[in-house]
Order: sequence, then C-alpha cells, then structure tokens
Amino acid sequence: MPPHIDTESAPVPESTPAAAREVMISFDDVSKRWGDNEVLRSLNFDVKSGEKVSIIGPSGSGKTTILRILMTLETPDTGLVTVNGETLWDVKPGSRPKETKQMRATRRHVGMVFQQFNLFPHMTALENVLEAPTRVLKLDKEEARQRSVELLEMVGLSKHLDHKPPKLSGGQQQRVAIARALAMRPKVLLFDEPTSALDPELIGEVLNVIRELAVSTDMTMLMVTHEMRFAEEISDRVVMFDHGSVVEQGPPGEIFKAPKEDRTKSFLHAVLSH
Amino acid sequence: MIWDSEFALSILPDLLQGLWVTVQITLAGTVIAMILGLVVAVIRFSRLPVVSQLFNFYVQFVRGTPLLIQAYCAFFILPNYGLSFSPMATGIVVIGINYSAYTAEVYRSGIHDVPPGQWEAAKALNLPIGATWTRIILPQAVRSVIPLLGNYLIQMFKDSAVLSAITVFELLAHAQAIGSNNFRYLEPLTIAGLLFLLVSYPASQMVRRLERRLAPAH
Repeated sequence: MPPHIDTESAPVPESTPAAAREVMISFDDVSKRWGDNEVLRSLNFDVKSGEKVSIIGPSGSGKTTILRILMTLETPDTGLVTVNGETLWDVKPGSRPKETKQMRATRRHVGMVFQQFNLFPHMTALENVLEAPTRVLKLDKEEARQRSVELLEMVGLSKHLDHKPPKLSGGQQQRVAIARALAMRPKVLLFDEPTSALDPELIGEVLNVIRELAVSTDMTMLMVTHEMRFAEEISDRVVMFDHGSVVEQGPPGEIFKAPKEDRTKSFLHAVLSH
Repeated sequence: MIWDSEFALSILPDLLQGLWVTVQITLAGTVIAMILGLVVAVIRFSRLPVVSQLFNFYVQFVRGTPLLIQAYCAFFILPNYGLSFSPMATGIVVIGINYSAYTAEVYRSGIHDVPPGQWEAAKALNLPIGATWTRIILPQAVRSVIPLLGNYLIQMFKDSAVLSAITVFELLAHAQAIGSNNFRYLEPLTIAGLLFLLVSYPASQMVRRLERRLAPAH
C-alpha cells in the first residue's frame, strides 16, 4: 500500500454521495470548431467535486478538446467554463479571448497528464517534479524537495530520482509525469489517454498509479481513455462522446452493461470485441 | 621572390600580437552576438505586434548589407553625430551586431524544434512565461544549436579581418603593415593565413565533435 497521497483537502467520507457535492467543473454552452468540423457543439457538462469521470468515444470526437480547453491549451469559440466556481473561459461569439490573470489563477486548480508524457528531457525525474512547486508555489526548497521525493516514491520511482527521461521507460516517464502534476496539488487532474503511447506490458504500472489516486484521494479526475475495463472499474460516471456532444452518460455498470443508445452499443461492440 | 625564413621568424612575434587582437575581437564579438541574437530570437518568436516586425526588419537589414559597409558607417559616419569610439570598440560592436542577425536565425530554428508538448507541459504546470523560456525552452533550444553557433563563431574569427579596413590593428593589419614597411608581402601574408588556419581548423574539428556528442539530444 503506497503512502497516503497528500492533496489540498481532506479525503471525502464514504458517506457523502456524489450528488450532494458541489460542482467542480462546468461547461456551459461551449462550442468549438476546426473549419467545418464541429469539435464541440453547445456542450453542457458538469463534473462534481471528487468525481471520477471517464470520457469514451471514437477518435476525433472532441473528447481531448474538453481536456485541452480546461488546461487552456485550446480556446473555445463561445461559452462559459468554470473550475471550482471560478471563471476559466467566458467567450462571447466573435471575440478573441486572451490569457488573463483570472484565467491563470483558475488554471492553478487544474493539472494534466499527457499522452506523450511531455517530460522536460534536460531535467532529471526529481527536477521535473520539483520545477513548478519551487517556481510557482514558491515552496521552501527543502520542503518542496522532500515532497517531490515522496511523490516519486509513491509512483514507485524512488530508484530513478536522478535519471533523465531518455533513460526511463515509457511507463516510468508517465509515472514521473503524474508525480509532476500532483506536485502542484491540483483539485482537478486531467488524463489525456495516459496509456495510449505505451507498450502493452507497461500499461499496467501506470493504471495502478491512477487507480490508487482514484480510490485514495478526493481529487476530481477527468480521463479520456481507450482502456474500457479500467474506466469501468474506477469511474463514478462514464460519458460516451461523439461528434462534439454527449451521446449518453451514467454509472459504468449502466453504460457498459446496458447502453441505451445505438451509437454507444456499436462503439462498445467495436472496441471490446478485439 | 624566395621565402626568407629569417625574415619570417623575425616578424612572427608581431603577427602573434595581431592574432591575439583578432582572438579578443572574436571573443568579445561572440558574447554580443550570442546574447543579442538570443534576445532578438525570443522577441521575434513572441509575436508582439509591432516589436516583432521591427526585429524582423533588423535581421533582414543586417543580413542584407555587407559587413564592410556596416563597419565603414559606424567608423566614418557615427562620429559626425558625436558618437566616436576607438576602432577596436567600434569593430567589436559592429561585428557583434552583424553576427547577432545570424545567431538570431540559428536560435530561431532551435526554438522552433522544441516540441509543442514542452510548451503545453509548462502551461499545465502554470509556469510563468519567463520561467518557461529560461528553464524549459531555451535550455533545449540552445543545446541543439551549439554546433551551428560554433560554426558562426569560427566564421566571425575569419571575418574580423575585414575590420582592418577601419584601422583595427588585428592580424591582417599587422601583416599588411609589415609588408608595406619591408616591401615583402610573401612571408607576412602567408604566416597570417597560416595563423588563421591554425586556430580555425582545430576549432572546426571541435565543433564537429560537439555535433556528434549533442546529436541524440532527446
């Protein structure tokens, strides 16, 4: 059992039903298009505090765009996005929003784990984790170092603190990336197909870390994934997404065992039958 | 004309003094070119409305005009406006600025080659733009272009001979002076050429080795 993962707030008691918690992420009428392709069509979508949500659906359906808008890596064409009750995006049609102080402040609540890890190749594993807490949170050097070491131990990399990313396997790199995101104590952690770039034998070690986070923390987690069984296991809610909008959503048992929509059925049939 | 070894030997100390001046110009010019070029590259990359345009023009202008004309302008025209410096200082600044336009392009390619994921990761960690440049982007961008920068440094070393035209007393100027004083150009010019080669050849070998060592950057 790995040590307890230290996030900002205390673990939520088992008895608090998800429905009673407050909204952490909110998309209000958010649209985005690339040329003729409507990536998001007037999306309305909420995630509650502490909720673990998996987004599934065919490639190019706009799933990743949801995460990228939350990380402010992409700009919505219109709509309102809030995190923790604070405005992240408030875009009127036709306007070109810029990065604001408000946005940077709200973005602090959000962390992201990328498909391609995106570790800093010129820094060791420890330096990767340590960089932002010392620069952005202005933590005390020794305290930040201590915490970074703990985080790397938690993801099982205590032997690789001084290794640079090119010396690490994909699975190890992704675990460093998770530790790096956690070091900023986000309220919301986004996973963008975190195992898609990994060799099959390395997927398990990364999923184990994510599973541990899901059960032992009250962080809000939003994951785009093709690992259906994993999504079923760890999610409070699964969202089937296609052509820029939510096809259907519900508890994993419902979506995977008894999907209502034909599009969900055919998608699940295609991905689960191979 | 036959090679006179005794004469050659007698002028060697004088020429070595010239070489030392050339090396000094190159080192000081390199510092200017490396720093100024980096600033120009970052500003151009940042796409600030008017400023980036201005620096685009700067690079085009400097690259599009001969070094000799730039040196003449600085040496003969600027003093008319009260800006008068020693030939050496003028020469260093002129060659430094001239090469900053080239190093700016080199840095630009290095910055361009840093994968977008690095910018995204920095943003996801909420790193401020300054730290993103100094801690994440530039260390990677500069590392990959060090050999290219080295090649420009060697070229600058040779180009500094142009500054003899504005009375900077470097290696070539020494050779010319010896030649005209003794009515013998064979030995001074030959030795000057060999001295240039003596420095630039090992230097370019070193750059080549660096290139191989830095090749698998990622």
